[in-house]
Amino acid sequence: MIINHPLLGPRDAQEFTYLGDAALIDRPDGLSYPTPDAAMDAMHDYLYQRSNPAGEHRELWYHEQGDRSWLVVTRNTVTHEITRVELARDVARMRGRSK
Amino acid sequence: MRYSGFRVIREALTGHKGWGPAWRDATPQASYDYIIVGGGGHGLATAYYLAKEFKQARIAVVEKGWIGGGNVGRNTTIIRSNYLLDGNEPFYEFSLKLWEGLEQDFNYNAMVSQRGIINLFHTDAQRDAYTRRGNAMILHGADAELLNRDQVRAMYPFLNFDNARFPIKGALMQRRGGTVRHDAVAWGYARGASDRGVDIIQNCEVTGFRREGGRVTGIETSRGFIGAKKIGVAVAGSSSKVMAAADMRLPMESHVLQAFVSEGLKPVIDGVMTYGAGHFYVSQSDKGGLVFGGDIDGYNSYAQRGNMPVVEDVAEGGMSLMPMIGRARLLRSWGGIMDMSMDGSPIIDKTDIDGLYFNGGWCYGGFKATPASGWCFAHLLATGNPHPTATAYRFDRFRKGLMIDEKGQGAQPNLH
Ligand SMILES: Cc1cc2nc3c(=O)[nH]c(=O)nc-3n(C[C@H](O)[C@H](O)[C@H](O)COP(=O)(O)OP(=O)(O)OC[C@H]3O[C@@H](n4cnc5c(N)ncnc54)[C@H](O)[C@@H]3O)c2cc1C
Repeated sequence: MIINHPLLGPRDAQEFTYLGDAALIDRPDGLSYPTPDAAMDAMHDYLYQRSNPAGEHRELWYHEQGDRSWLVVTRNTVTHEITRVELARDVARMRGRSK
Repeated sequence: MRYSGFRVIREALTGHKGWGPAWRDATPQASYDYIIVGGGGHGLATAYYLAKEFKQARIAVVEKGWIGGGNVGRNTTIIRSNYLLDGNEPFYEFSLKLWEGLEQDFNYNAMVSQRGIINLFHTDAQRDAYTRRGNAMILHGADAELLNRDQVRAMYPFLNFDNARFPIKGALMQRRGGTVRHDAVAWGYARGASDRGVDIIQNCEVTGFRREGGRVTGIETSRGFIGAKKIGVAVAGSSSKVMAAADMRLPMESHVLQAFVSEGLKPVIDGVMTYGAGHFYVSQSDKGGLVFGGDIDGYNSYAQRGNMPVVEDVAEGGMSLMPMIGRARLLRSWGGIMDMSMDGSPIIDKTDIDGLYFNGGWCYGGFKATPASGWCFAHLLATGNPHPTATAYRFDRFRKGLMIDEKGQGAQPNLH
């Protein structure tokens, strides 16, 4: 697989390590829930539950053997076709994180 | 028809005209008491034990392709009960005991071969960990032995004992471990179930669950609606996909695992061996092919075939453990989709929807579990209670902090 790095161009997927679903960017803030149970539910779902689709999947890849950036790669889990690659930093900022 | 030596002789004398199909290829009836979704090893074993041990009737197994086309026919056929943790070891030991009596039980030659499995260790720390594991196994009634370097050398003199980085220092041996002919497991259970009245329905994909007032009433399939009082899902790598139809998200990711077979060689490896310093494990089939594999590809996949970097990684592991493997040619490789759970251990549990039960999360180790998984799932379906050896395999263990994490990797399925 070739990942088209937004800064470095096409790179072999072997240079990267894989974390999983890009939803892991949205870590819940445990203190923002009305009750501890609600916070626990949110944290449980965040940590352990996955959509795991057959088809398009947005996922986090880390360019360990390269520039050490985190990427959000949109890849089809049936065909391995990659349709979009973004810097995870940009995605996170767009979602109101890392302010 | 009962298979026996007498029967073989009789058929030989009469031109082999009396062998019928081993099981009935059924067409769906309007409704059943039990529907098992997935005609892999676990689904078929569940139906078999439901009928045989729990005396239930009106049972169907619904399979989207043909039985045995999934992981049960793709694995590297290793059986063992060498687990460390309390939640796992009694269950896998129960499974190994069932393997030991399986062929007599279902009257089918599954080529259960207790040829012994060794896990090699290469450091003092690894030896200590295997000592601890061996002790845990023995405490649960399984067998385990620690072999020193000379004992391993006597068995497999050709291994790379003096590898500068990963010298072989010994191994944990389970003599009762071994291999089983995987296809025959599917066929044997199918035949045993079919003989007891279970309908095996192939080419029938489950696309949805019909529910009324929080209860399942049946399944939607590519061949129409089929009613059911209880539904048990055992679809391995497709677990997330199928359970999404019941609006459930699972603590699971699907990953591809590859396996490899070399050309036929003279007998050289008479047991099963795992490398402790690289991703490589190997046995030799009765036809002479070296059957080996390594790690999963590492990213979510439903492709049912793997990619090249892992082929290279597995070959490197093989070369570093037994350099002579470099002279053998690779015949075939293939992949299967693993239901990798968040702690590397399975789930056999009811869901929040009445009448809907789930069995999955077997990762790359569910073949050895087939008999116990079928038995325990049948127990749960028939009695409503978990089997004593499967009480830890609950959905809520993640919420309660009761993970069964043999490797200690945390919620990172591609590392289990
Ligand atoms: C390469 C490889 C090597 C392995 N090596 C070992 C090993 O050495 N030892 C070991 O213990 N384990 C091993 N495993 C793991 C083991 O094979 C699996 O954990 C186990 O087979 C899974 O259970 P199963 O047999 O029921 O799965 P499967 O045979 O995959 O059965 C699931 C069935 O569900 C069907 N299905 C899916 N979706 C639907 C639907 N919507 N409707 C109807 N049916 C559906 C599928 O077609 C499939 O037939 C290996 C796996 C692989 C791929």
